[in-house]
Parts: sequence; structure tokens; C-alpha cells
Amino acid sequence: MCGIVGLFLKDPALEPDLGRLLADMLVVMTDRGPDSAGFAVYGGGDAGHLKVTVRGPRLDEVEDALAGIARAVRRDTHLVLSFAVSLEEQVRGWLALHRPDLVVTGSGQRIELYKEVGLPRQVADRFALPAMAGTHGIGHTRMATESAVTTDGAHPFSTGRDQCLVHNGSLSNHRSLRRRLEREGLSFVTDNDSEVAAGYISWRLREGDSLTTALEAGLEDLDGFYTFVIGTENGFAVMRDPISCKPAVMAETDRYVAFGSEYRALVGLPGIEQARIFEPEPAHAYVWERN
Amino acid sequence: MPAFDLAVTTRRELNAALHALPANTNETHWHVANPEGAHALAAGVNAPVTIEIDGHAGYYCAGMNQLATVIVNGNVGVGVAENMMSGRVHVKGDASQAAGATAHGGLLVIDGNASARCGISMKGVDIVVKGSIGPMSAFMAQAGNLVVLGDAGEALGDSLYETRIFVRGAVKSLGADCIEKELRPEHEEILTKLLLDAGVEGVSPQEFRRYGSARGLYNFHVDNASAY
Repeated sequence: MCGIVGLFLKDPALEPDLGRLLADMLVVMTDRGPDSAGFAVYGGGDAGHLKVTVRGPRLDEVEDALAGIARAVRRDTHLVLSFAVSLEEQVRGWLALHRPDLVVTGSGQRIELYKEVGLPRQVADRFALPAMAGTHGIGHTRMATESAVTTDGAHPFSTGRDQCLVHNGSLSNHRSLRRRLEREGLSFVTDNDSEVAAGYISWRLREGDSLTTALEAGLEDLDGFYTFVIGTENGFAVMRDPISCKPAVMAETDRYVAFGSEYRALVGLPGIEQARIFEPEPAHAYVWERN
Repeated sequence: MPAFDLAVTTRRELNAALHALPANTNETHWHVANPEGAHALAAGVNAPVTIEIDGHAGYYCAGMNQLATVIVNGNVGVGVAENMMSGRVHVKGDASQAAGATAHGGLLVIDGNASARCGISMKGVDIVVKGSIGPMSAFMAQAGNLVVLGDAGEALGDSLYETRIFVRGAVKSLGADCIEKELRPEHEEILTKLLLDAGVEGVSPQEFRRYGSARGLYNFHVDNASAY
């Protein structure tokens, strides 16, 4: 069992509240996933700069060494490095050479991605999620069933620029799919099946699919149980497997689109009483995009 | 009238109070505020009382119900009235998956839509859905009646036993061993009674089509031995 949540804002006036709303949704899903939690937030950023979130020990050292070229924002065990796109090779080169122990959790123009072991409330507070602003975000609370409780096993997974995915369920063909994707040039950091699903979507997008057609292709290629919530730089998507094995409920108003594994997660959203509440249909790609 | 505000009192206190009710209780009308999607509300009640829930309920609302009338002024999550034995459960909004699953008796009325697997393995309950039902509904349903005023999703009545299914709208597809059957006078009689019980007016039994088991999966056919 796991809990997943997502919030995609239509009304810019809500953007300062994104982190607070998402944190509350995440905490309600503690019963479904008390082992670990993670979230991705699409905050500020511009086309000329890249943001890279890294996780690991001794982050002061990274901050100091890259002080001349990257602006660093430290949040507990994670560090977000922002730098001009032209400096990407230099920054990644330094990290690979001097700090191969660090894990890059996500990178892109606007994405920041945090995950840790612990109760969702603690994880949200450690990274000060309630104070974060942004246009959309997704989150996950994990109850590990098939692999160890580690930070590596926590969601979201990011396998492409500004792309991330959270998953409730399990895939049965992730080994063969992983080999296929590796032949296509993708690489994976963990042994997790959900990372393969994220990689699959990244691969389809790289090959020119839209978010909708990428997900529809996934219906053919992904075998198993899944409810996915996916974020891209300007998009937000939801898809369930053809027998809707895992729960999902959504709320839409003029101001936002919200996803929760259970309705409880949506209770605190503004104007929820007037929202259109619905369950996404099985085997149907739901996509919202900002212009 | 006993009232519980779940913003103040816990769900366990509510359910414990309901479970403690004797059959001859005078506290016959209960009111529950601020359910906020909590699970197992009014589950396991065994007394002839009415419980009104003001808002959305979570999973297994009114599960295992006996004798009680549970009214939800909102939506319900997975498994409303699952394994109900008797009584009445009325959902004014929509229901999530597996509404009325395995229920043996009583009446479940859903004013809105019910999603996938409505009436899965139902064993004698009557279910009336005023909207539409999702895919794989009445899967392996054994007894009772499923009445749908709207449409039905894919694979209706797959591997069905003796449940009668009545659908007024379109059926996307029938599951294995489920076929359309003639709507005879005795079925119109059942429909008339259930529509009345569910408070449906202005709908005639003749507007429905009946579906049931072809009874082709009841016995093992030796011709199929090679399939195993």
C-alpha cells in the first residue's frame, strides 16, 4: 500500500500556498505509507538556468566548492544547486569527480525533488515543504512491500528534465522493460519498479510522444498494477491500470486539479465542498497542461 | 437525538456507541457531522436505528450492517455496505468501487454513480443505482438484484451466478457467461417494488433490460480439460 497526492494549480493566487496544501495532503496519507515520504515541487526558475537537487552527506563542502558558479539552497539532507545552463557540464563534472556518493534526485528548469525515510509529517517539516511556493507538485507516502525501507526506494522518481512520477502499485515486467530502456540509452539509479515506469514515460517523451500518447503507450507496455501521478515542467497527469486496482479520487475546481489516493487527502483544499469530485476511469490518460 | 461531531470525537467512540446499542433502544436517530472521508463509519451496527452522516465517508461505510438505516449526505469510498446482512444504506452522492460487495441482504440505494465492481460477489442484497455503474460490476454475483437507471461499464456480470441485473441505459459489454434475458412479468414485479423502495418515481419497469447467467460456467466440461 502507498499513498499518493498531487496538486496542479490553475489560479496563480494559490501558488504561495502550494507547499502548505501539499504537505497537509501528504500527512493525511500517513496511514497508507508511514515508512518514507517524498515530493516534487515546481517552483521558480527560468529557461537560462538549471536547478539540480542532490542528496547526501557533507553538503557544505559542495556549497563551498561550487560557490563561484552555482547558487545553493540547503534543505536538510538535500541541496538545490542553480546555475546557468552553460555551466551544466562543469557542475556535473565536479559532482562526478569529487562527490560520486551524492544522488541527483531531480533536475530541470523548475523542479525540486526531496525524499527521506520517516513519517510524512517529519519529512515535510525537515524540508520545510509548507513554506514552498509553486505551480504544481506531487507527493508519495511509502509502505514498502517488495524492497527495503531506504531513501532510494522512496518516490517521486525523476528520469528526465522536469519530469517526475509517483506510483501506487507494482509492476511485474519491470526487469525486461528496464533492459529494453537501457538499450535505448536510459540509466537507472535504483532497482525500483517505479523508477522503470518513470523511465518509460521519459523515453516516450524523448521519442516525441505527448504526455497523453506516452501514457497510452504505457497501457500496452506496462504490466501490473498502477495508479500514476506525473509531473512535467508545465503538465500534470494521472493514469490507472485497466482494472483500476489501486484507488484514486480527484477534485477539480476553477482554481486547481487535485489527486488523492483517498478523498480524505483532499478535505483541506479550499472550496472542496463545491469541487467536482470524480474517480479517474481505468486505462484513461488524464492530462492537464499550462500554456 | 445523539449527535457526534467527528471534528471533536473520534470515529472509534462513535462506532463503540453504536455497537453498544440494545435492540430496543430509544436512541433511534443518530447524527454524524464532519466525517471528512473517515473509514469504517457506522460499520458493524446491529440495531434498528437511523444514522445520518453529513458529508463524505471513506472506505467500508456501513459495512456488515444489520437492521440499521444509514444515510450518507455525500459520497462514499470503497466498499460501502460491504457484507450488509439487512437494513438500508442510502448514499445521496456517488460511491467508489465495490459498493455492496458480498452483501447478503438489505437495500443499498445510490443516488449518483457507482464506480468499478459494484455488487461484486453480491449474495442476496438489492442494489439500486440511480446513475451509472463502472466496469466489472456484479462480478461473480450470486443472488439478489442489481438495478441501474443509467449505463453499465465493461464486462458486466462476468462469471455471474443467479443475481438478476436490470439496466435501463447502455451496457458497454457483457462479461463471460452473462447474457441478456427476457423481462417477464415476475421481473417487472421485482422492479416495481425495488423502484418504489428506492424512491424512484416516473420510471417504468419496461424501460429496463434484464441480464443474467447463461449458466455455462456452472459445471466443468471435460472438453475444456486441455485448457488447464
